[in-house]
Amino acid sequence: MEKKKAIDSKKAGEFLLNYALYIILGLLILVVIIIEPKFLSAANFIKILTQASTRGILALGVAGMIVLAGTDLSAGRILGCCAAVSASLVQSITYASRMYPGITKDLPLILPLMVSIVIGILFCALNGFGVAKLNLHAFIVSLGTQLIAYGFTCIYIDSQAGGAQAISTFNQKFLNAVNGSFNIFGFKLPYLICYFAIASIIMWVVWNKTTLGKNMFAIGGNKEAAAVSGVNITRNIMGIYIIAGVLYGIAAFLEAGRIQSVNTSTGLNYDLDAISGCVIGGVSFSGGVGTIPGVIIGVVILQVINYSLNFLGVNPYLQYIIKGIIIIIAVSIDVRKYLSKK
Amino acid sequence: MENAPLLEMMNINKEFPGVKALDNAQIILKKGTVHALMGENGAGKSTLMKCLFGVYKEDSGEIKINGTEARFDNPKQALDNGVAMVHQELNQVLRRSVMENMWLGKFPKNKGLVDHKKMYDETKKVFEQLNININPKAVIGTLSVSERQMVEIAKAVSYNAKILVLDEPTSSLTREEVKHLFYIINKLRDDGVGMIYISHKMEEILEISDEVTIMRDGQWVATRDAQSLTTDEIIKLMVGRDLTNRFPPKTNTPKEVLLEVNHLTGKYMPSCIDVSFELKKGEILGVAGLVGSRRTELLETIFGIAGHSDGVIKLHGKEVDNKNSRAAIRNGFALLTEERRATGIIPLQSITFNSVLANISSYTNKGLLSNKKMDRDTKWVVDSMKVKTPSTKTYIKSLSGGNQQKVIIGRWLLTEPEVLLLDEPTRGIDVGAKYEIYQLIIDLAKKDKGVIVVSSEMPELIGICDRILVMSNGRVAGILDMKEDFKGQEQEEIMTLAAKYI
Repeated sequence: MEKKKAIDSKKAGEFLLNYALYIILGLLILVVIIIEPKFLSAANFIKILTQASTRGILALGVAGMIVLAGTDLSAGRILGCCAAVSASLVQSITYASRMYPGITKDLPLILPLMVSIVIGILFCALNGFGVAKLNLHAFIVSLGTQLIAYGFTCIYIDSQAGGAQAISTFNQKFLNAVNGSFNIFGFKLPYLICYFAIASIIMWVVWNKTTLGKNMFAIGGNKEAAAVSGVNITRNIMGIYIIAGVLYGIAAFLEAGRIQSVNTSTGLNYDLDAISGCVIGGVSFSGGVGTIPGVIIGVVILQVINYSLNFLGVNPYLQYIIKGIIIIIAVSIDVRKYLSKK
Repeated sequence: MENAPLLEMMNINKEFPGVKALDNAQIILKKGTVHALMGENGAGKSTLMKCLFGVYKEDSGEIKINGTEARFDNPKQALDNGVAMVHQELNQVLRRSVMENMWLGKFPKNKGLVDHKKMYDETKKVFEQLNININPKAVIGTLSVSERQMVEIAKAVSYNAKILVLDEPTSSLTREEVKHLFYIINKLRDDGVGMIYISHKMEEILEISDEVTIMRDGQWVATRDAQSLTTDEIIKLMVGRDLTNRFPPKTNTPKEVLLEVNHLTGKYMPSCIDVSFELKKGEILGVAGLVGSRRTELLETIFGIAGHSDGVIKLHGKEVDNKNSRAAIRNGFALLTEERRATGIIPLQSITFNSVLANISSYTNKGLLSNKKMDRDTKWVVDSMKVKTPSTKTYIKSLSGGNQQKVIIGRWLLTEPEVLLLDEPTRGIDVGAKYEIYQLIIDLAKKDKGVIVVSSEMPELIGICDRILVMSNGRVAGILDMKEDFKGQEQEEIMTLAAKYI
């Protein structure tokens, strides 16, 4: 009897650990609802998900690097750079101080999107090259890259005829594509959430159903074993970084439309938010561990914290403190799954 | 070339700076046989295998497979040509599934995506063929070491390996598991696979192998039919050298009891189980055992790095509670760890820093570290341990292994320990420097310290220890007093005991 009890409590403990993320998310929402019952509305949850979308796409890219036992400090600045360039290509043609007065007809949206993606790929390939070929730690190489990206952003924005002003006033087609929503029987489902969902599904397939994804886990989990088994380490690392570049490009394009004005500080600290989302979602910094649903949950938890603290009208400075504490608690619970006892 | 042997490695030479690792080594493996490769640690077995897999490039000699020259640049190339190895330290991605580990590097694909069903079915097929009962979807880190070993062998089989090298495959297996492994080996033998089997376990070798090649000091000594060999002969061929001058004269004398360990059992298995022994002042107690006999775990448990669930440790008859390493150091214990590079030295720091590390708080003067005190003690370490170094400011990384080890021993002596726990103190150290380390250990015993030495090299234990505790699968299999006359059969005694609980 005693023994059975012990086993039961052990099982319960395991269950709690395995689903810690979901429990934390549930508790968070519950606490907010108890404090302010008005929080419980579809509109609020849609807003949270919409806000989480662009950062979520960014986090899907960062997550791959963390699984490779690296990280990316440059994601935010790369996003800033991509956003600045793509924003300058979608400015309204009736806006007098637009960056390219030569553009007199709205460009097809695919063009700025592609430009954004290419810039993202270039920066990420630089990071990937540093990690795979120069054997630098991802922390170091992305520390350098984020400065380079920021420099380019500033030069680009400063090169406007009117000097360093925010790039804004976009054409309606672009704004509709980003901020519009499906109308399902009066229920509004924003496009942004759909984009995030599609990106998540594609990334889930990449992680779980392709050789690249499998190799990513192997390289992050035990590089030696991967090398001995004949995995091409360099090529696979580059692959993961280039995919991240694509995601950054898309996230930047959408973010430009969402905030409707891009300046030099766009993207600042997005990398840290993305990394926080990943680690809250159980992507381990020691490499080789992580899931796409985890990343999504992590990003959403972070956004729930942000949104609900605002909703409750908590002092913004206090918000930082609360956010920091929640991140540490969430990750320290999650990490317990893998600790070996001695 | 019908009758050419499956694998022929002839007159292989390999020299590392200062050491001739292989000196005309050879092995000839026939199709459908198990060929045991034996020799003491450092005899050159693994170097020879690394030459086969292209990890090292031999200086001279020829390697032929089925009569034609074969030279691989890396293990992957060898694998593609049907030459596979099951490593002693299992190279696996622990957090991924069994089947993913099996197919890593050659995932089956369907329309560009990984074909999980095929991966599962093929894994299942190989497992069935080998009579292995493991769920291909299980996460490999949750399996036992023996199951992981089976997966590794199955992986080699899945490459259709014609030549399979097994490096100490049974070191951590139970008797039952060994039986299953032998079943698999026999099956592969019937299929015509040639296997090189590296092991220290005599009975197993005689049971499973067809031929035995014995190496010593990088040289080929003999190749015999397994049937015509006895354990005695193998040991004679393996050791077969003048042992007299390898060890300094034993001048220490054990006195009264210093340390008592009673029924010590580790908290988290695998660890030591119900271990009891005594250590006297001025005594050198050896700890022998096979790989996986948990000797390191015993030291870690005594030192408090690993917790214990049961048992008492007494120093001078008084119970001590080593609840962590700090407490252990305060209580007069010191632990020289097994992996010098990983857990001993701080490579890019000076001799001084490496010397004073374990004792750093005693060098403060009004809260700040005093260079004068640290330099004085470092000088003592360098002088008394006879460390050969250009200066005390040199990075420890640039010293030889033997000199690094002397610094680390010196580090522990600065904490003025009464009990020294030395885990493989001469691993990776050349022969000359080993002698100096032995001398140091004997000198320590002469100064009334109690010394426990864990080592995989039996001659070393026999050469310097007063008594030898033999561990088997976490338990004490016996304690041999070296004063008794074993008529040169000490190694055999130890080996018999080491297999007691397996």
